Amino acid sequence: MQKGINNLIEKFGASDLVERRSGLSFITVDQTKAVAAITHLKDIDGYTVLSFITAADWIEDGKMQLTYMLNNPAEVAEIAIRVMLERKKEAGESMETIHHLWPNAKKWQQELKEMYGVDFPTSPGVNDSFILEGWDDMPPNRRDFDTKQYAEDTFFPRGGRVTHDPATYMREQLDPKDPQYYTKKKKKDINS
Amino acid sequence: MEEKKDKFLAPENEVRQVSAPDGSIIEVDPLKDYFSQEKPEPYKVGSGPVENFLNWARAESLWVLGFGTGCGSIEIPPLVTPRFDMYRFGVQMRATPRQSNVFIISGYLAIKTLKRAIRAYEQMPSPKYIVALGSCTINGGMYYDSYNTINRLDQYLPVDAYIAGCMPRPEALLAGFAELKKLIKAGKGHKANEYVENLEWYKTNQKKIIKDWNMPDYNW
Repeated sequence: MQKGINNLIEKFGASDLVERRSGLSFITVDQTKAVAAITHLKDIDGYTVLSFITAADWIEDGKMQLTYMLNNPAEVAEIAIRVMLERKKEAGESMETIHHLWPNAKKWQQELKEMYGVDFPTSPGVNDSFILEGWDDMPPNRRDFDTKQYAEDTFFPRGGRVTHDPATYMREQLDPKDPQYYTKKKKKDINS
Repeated sequence: MEEKKDKFLAPENEVRQVSAPDGSIIEVDPLKDYFSQEKPEPYKVGSGPVENFLNWARAESLWVLGFGTGCGSIEIPPLVTPRFDMYRFGVQMRATPRQSNVFIISGYLAIKTLKRAIRAYEQMPSPKYIVALGSCTINGGMYYDSYNTINRLDQYLPVDAYIAGCMPRPEALLAGFAELKKLIKAGKGHKANEYVENLEWYKTNQKKIIKDWNMPDYNW
């Protein structure tokens, strides 16, 4: 078991440990203890690099999952802290900021606010637009955002889009009279 | 805190007071004072042998704006370098819209990029041409259901030539340039006039998706 995990379980009540391979573990920490656990990992256990923060929308379970990927360069080990937030119907889940630990966290948090609607109050510039400019709809990476519908309503779709099953389509193109000819031939070849 | 009138207005474009060299205080509204407010006018299209000569000259010196908007711009470097060498057809890259007359929209166009593309296009001197590269500019391509990329380019900017494919190879681009040259030599390369004549329709479409319109209506 990699460094720091025992501490997480004993001191911060972490659960659901998943070891993907040696040096990569996922573990779930309660929302209220997450920042303390991350601080502990950074200051004491040597996980000094914040690789990224990302989110996943578990719409069926009513959860919004945050993942903090921390890296320990000395031990070549990574640990991912998962935090399950209660998902709200309208965007606006709230999480404590960690920009005091890593200044680059504020950009990740700004992006999460924009794309997932997870709010990080007191994170500097969290409400500024980052990738989307002038977006006035629901955050687009939430699962209940219908991107196809949005594109159809907003842009000017050109008619005539059709989808073909490649195998059937190629057979029809090769021999329109007997679309199954090449399939039959192939089977015959195998049998003989 | 006082609420801003236009929440998308960039700080450098806000109305502000500056002191003139003689010490007097003057008010500056950058959107009005730094940009022309006049509506653009279509340029005159002549006829006869002089116009034919001009069209030949335009067709043989296509200067392309070096602005890659999507993944298609990866096809441009092999085109410039010796293997495909587009310079032998009189096509070359320029660094600024003020020196170029061809704009290659290379692949998907995000709304954010469209805003920059419009600014760049309007700054180019007429007559100017747009070559739409890849299926994304035609019907959205593989990004047809994306919330962030446009589906049809011709609703926002006038397109002279389409090059289909995902991605088209540099040869296809050369064929596209050949087609564009034919159009120009036949006197059909005046889409820039069309843009100016239907400016309101284009602006309505553009403003429908660019919600943070914080620039002048027409960028000179």
